[in-house]
Amino acid sequence: MIIDLPRFIAAERPSWTELETTLDRLQAQPDRQLALDEAQRFHLLYQKVSADLGRIATFASEPELRRYLEALTARAYAEIHETRERGRRFRPARWFFAEFPRVFRRHVGAFHVSWIITLVGVLFGGFAVMLDDEAKEAVMPAMFANHLGDPAKRVAAEESSAGDRGAGGHSTFASQLMVNNIGVSIKAVALGLTYGLGTIVLLFYNGVILGLVAIDYVLAGQSVFLAGWLLPHGVIESPAILIAGQCGLVLGKALIGHGDRAPLTARLRAIGPDLATLIGGVAVMLVWAGLVESFLSQYHQPVIPYAVKIAFGCVELAVLSWFLGSGRAKDGAPGAEEVRA
Amino acid sequence: MNSELRIRTPEGIAFAYQLAGPVARCMSWSIDLVVVLVLGMTVNTVLAKFGIISPDLASALMTVSYFVITIAYGVCTEWVWRGQTVGKRIMRLRVMDAQGLRLQFHQILMRNLLRFADLLPGCYLVGGAAMVLSRRAQRLGDLAANTVVVHIAKHAEPDLDQLLAGKFNSFRQFPHLEARLRQRATPDEARLALQALVRRDHLEPEARVRLFGELAAHFKTLVAFPPDAVESLPAEQYLRNVVETIFRPRTGVEGKVGAVPAEAV
Repeated sequence: MIIDLPRFIAAERPSWTELETTLDRLQAQPDRQLALDEAQRFHLLYQKVSADLGRIATFASEPELRRYLEALTARAYAEIHETRERGRRFRPARWFFAEFPRVFRRHVGAFHVSWIITLVGVLFGGFAVMLDDEAKEAVMPAMFANHLGDPAKRVAAEESSAGDRGAGGHSTFASQLMVNNIGVSIKAVALGLTYGLGTIVLLFYNGVILGLVAIDYVLAGQSVFLAGWLLPHGVIESPAILIAGQCGLVLGKALIGHGDRAPLTARLRAIGPDLATLIGGVAVMLVWAGLVESFLSQYHQPVIPYAVKIAFGCVELAVLSWFLGSGRAKDGAPGAEEVRA
Repeated sequence: MNSELRIRTPEGIAFAYQLAGPVARCMSWSIDLVVVLVLGMTVNTVLAKFGIISPDLASALMTVSYFVITIAYGVCTEWVWRGQTVGKRIMRLRVMDAQGLRLQFHQILMRNLLRFADLLPGCYLVGGAAMVLSRRAQRLGDLAANTVVVHIAKHAEPDLDQLLAGKFNSFRQFPHLEARLRQRATPDEARLALQALVRRDHLEPEARVRLFGELAAHFKTLVAFPPDAVESLPAEQYLRNVVETIFRPRTGVEGKVGAVPAEAV
């Protein structure tokens, strides 16, 4: 078949232009939904352009035209065959208050595994410090060197220091805490790529450090100081790290694919939006935890009574529990999935 | 590791994207590293001015800003520029969905956050090994995000005016046979003939005569021009006529189509 090229282009060009315009519009307005007649027209144009490309594909003499039609068809293909939801306008409040807890609950099994691994680490660290005085020096990283001494002496020093202990450095300290903790969370997620093993090791090690410090203070009779010091920021920081571990475990589970017959790419495609939501929520939680740790946790009795700090921590924990678990009844309700970004 | 990512649509149309290799990606990453460092230093210089008001606040903002720039640079540029960073633009690379579908924000976020695993134990060793072993040249972050990095081919057409200038094409007397030649020659055959002419001066004289002879003989089997028009033509001139016939822009065709959309190639 010989094509009269000028006539072919003249006849088909309006369709190409219309398809290109539609694609540009969809690209410019990602949250725009096509009406039924628009969608039908869009599909018809895609088929026409595909057919035109099929006709021109064997023509050696029109490489530019072929590339143009190939590119146009590729763009339309990406829109037509995309089964995931179109990106909606990002609404931060709805994302954090509705989407984040819903995704957390969707993968709550991995969260349970996450805290169990951490708890095993806490118990290990606790027993280690009870049985071996040198355990702290052996396990504690350099950044926690201030916890290597006698807890009772540290408490006495903290309580006797007058005035604003961190004066002039609260913001810097808060920023360092945020950066460090968010970095650890990203590592916990990324290590999920080791089929979850790296995440498990990180959670366990995190638990060991927590256990070492906590039991050391308890054994020294400083339980009230410990609660007043850790609770205000720890009730947010620790769950945030656990949720990051949850992400890593979800990723590891998708890679292993046990009990899921979908191909690897489909499994990873399915969890991608959830992982992004969870890690975003973790970042927000850790910003709050960093601010609390720097501006509140570092003040001790008599500046701020321990009862106030412990009460503050308990209130935070109650709010967090309500926040993450309150919509459980709605999760199965019709339309719940629509809120997904 | 394949060099191409082939996508076949249900309508029977196939596309091929050239996958980016480790060297091109390494160079792109190096450029991005420099951009991040310059950006970080610039922001820090500006934030340092706040030190006059509050040294603590300035120090905090500097700590946070560098961290944010390190992570957000890749995410933001790839989202705004549809899969490209500064380094990728310079190296003509693009991140795209591994199935050719729309690149989504969460894919960009995940491939950038999971970079940490690719960097282990240092110098991108894990990521580099994963790329070499992967069928689609994917690092671990790409595997998890279901993305690939492709090379945006630059199709520079040779200057035909320069190549064929001043030569009379005896085929023009037979427009119906020219049309048949254009229709019967495949894209690969046409490109082969073109490349033979473009590289003419790089060929040994004997090899050139043999190559042009074989190519001319092949094209003669596609379309038979009248003997009086071609019998005195040397093989090289016959090939020039073929190339001129196939690639010559015709009235009413040139300038009719739009530019190839950048985000789709």
